[in-house]
Amino acid sequence: MTFQKKYIFAAAAILFGALAPFIINPYELSLLGRFLALSILAMGIMLTWGEAGILSLGQGVFFGLGGYALAMHLKLEGLNLANGDMPDFMVWSGVSALPGFWYPFANPYFSLACVVIVPGAFAAAFSWLVFRRRVGGVYFALITQALALAFSTLLISQQAYTGGFNGLTDYSTMFGIDITTEYAARYIYWITFLFVVAVYFFLRWLLASRYGVMLRATRDGENRVRFLGHDPVPYKVVAFGIAGALAGIGGALFTLHAGVVSPALVGVVPSIEMVVWVAVGGRNILWGAIAGTLLVNFAKDQISSAFPSLWLYGLGALFILAVSFLPAGIAGLFRPGSGEERVMRRILSRRKLSTAE
Amino acid sequence: MNAIPAPILMMENVTVDFDGFKALTDVSLNLTPGDLRILIGPNGAGKSTLCDTIIGRVRPTSGKIIFKDQVITNLPEQEIVRRGICRKFQTPGVLPTLTVFENLLVAGRKNRAWYRSFTTKTPPAETARAEEILTQIGLEDRRNIIAADLAHGEKQWLEIGMVVATDADLLLLDEPTAGMGPTDTQRTAQLILSLLGRHAVLVIDHDMSFVEALNGYVTVLHQGQILAEGTVAEIRADAQVTAVYLGRAEDAEPAHA
Repeated sequence: MTFQKKYIFAAAAILFGALAPFIINPYELSLLGRFLALSILAMGIMLTWGEAGILSLGQGVFFGLGGYALAMHLKLEGLNLANGDMPDFMVWSGVSALPGFWYPFANPYFSLACVVIVPGAFAAAFSWLVFRRRVGGVYFALITQALALAFSTLLISQQAYTGGFNGLTDYSTMFGIDITTEYAARYIYWITFLFVVAVYFFLRWLLASRYGVMLRATRDGENRVRFLGHDPVPYKVVAFGIAGALAGIGGALFTLHAGVVSPALVGVVPSIEMVVWVAVGGRNILWGAIAGTLLVNFAKDQISSAFPSLWLYGLGALFILAVSFLPAGIAGLFRPGSGEERVMRRILSRRKLSTAE
Repeated sequence: MNAIPAPILMMENVTVDFDGFKALTDVSLNLTPGDLRILIGPNGAGKSTLCDTIIGRVRPTSGKIIFKDQVITNLPEQEIVRRGICRKFQTPGVLPTLTVFENLLVAGRKNRAWYRSFTTKTPPAETARAEEILTQIGLEDRRNIIAADLAHGEKQWLEIGMVVATDADLLLLDEPTAGMGPTDTQRTAQLILSLLGRHAVLVIDHDMSFVEALNGYVTVLHQGQILAEGTVAEIRADAQVTAVYLGRAEDAEPAHA
């Protein structure tokens, strides 16, 4: 793509994104909104996997933390807590009083802060504990996968506090506004779209900064960086923390669009799916992460409604195809011969999933 | 021998024991600021282990290492670098997806605190120094290509440039001419000689033509022990050294330890 074509393409994408509520029907808009929410998370995977070389198979955990943080508030809105009111599922589970940790979530601002801070801080703390011991690569991927399994199991087992298998659903208002109307759906869409654009430009800046260079340096040769006098750990922890916070934001926005958050959205399989979106789109190109997420999810919507049992096989095949034939993803096709693409090809041909040394 | 000024690095009776295999036995070595030292020895003599021990990658079983009058034996690796010792590895350790210039900038960062990296601006002094080194290593016209696309010799020079960019007082160069032809080897020797004065340099190599071009003070390591020390001519004349090292080097082409 030439310099100018690139800007025309970007302007067209932003224009379409902004005007989508007037162009496509409400059902399509709701899908687009959900998938854009997921693409915020995908950009975080691009940051950690593509730029930092850290493969996480547990992004669903951070997505879930963000989603649940908001959903807990949505379940409490409109209830009179002083009166002993409780969310419906707690009443059905025979809980006698609202558990203490639910109370602060009655405050919408507390909840919104938690959407970002809880997954961000948890991701940073967790990755610090692991990276500081110089554990990385495949081992890190396995630990994150175990984390995803543990998290979804925990959510299911604590029925009375988390809504169990069904998760948290059936919300009606936020800030006193009815969020179930078509009108509200548009605004939720626009908010999501704004987040996508803002996160995109934030990450572009971050990757162009000295931090971005250090992060790629750490991916290329962690030991070389260490023997140049830098401590590689903080660079990786910051990347993973940001990816966690982005997954949380994506999770909260997705919850608003979908009207539900449940263990089925945060476990092992969804976490792997998230990686596939980015693998298909291109893990070293920011817009590739968005494109991959939209493409794979729209395909999933089509295929799984026509042949429900086929999707998982399709997903596996897609991943294998992407890794074997399109290591730089779909976005990589638009910059053939670029140095980055050639190197990625070379690196990937040596260590397939590039889970670092 | 001349009177030796206060050494920048002192290794005192360093022994490294890998589960019963003694890679280094009782090695003592003093390096002078701004000066050149060449370390030679047959395969498995412990040359790379000696480097590893100085930079903290391998911890000595006994003995201590003193750098600028401070014991650095058990400091973390990046702390040792920050004190002023930087090493070039045997296989080129450039950062493949970064450009040549970015490689030098990463190495030359003065403030290494991670939280100071959230800026797109590079201090002008660091850019200027990187440009200077780029000229010194002769890669001006390769400035903006990624390091993976460099020829082998160019990668070696880039890594020497990176080590220089850290502005360390002591540079450890582990086989800087590995895999190079005669022309590149001579160029590397000139490059290293241009570094002296500003940096003390410890060079490990096999190639005798390179060692002669450098013409510095030589330490011969054999089976983890120091066998001899002296000028290139003295080492050439040493019968014991010839027996264990030079003689063998003529029989078989040196493979890299």
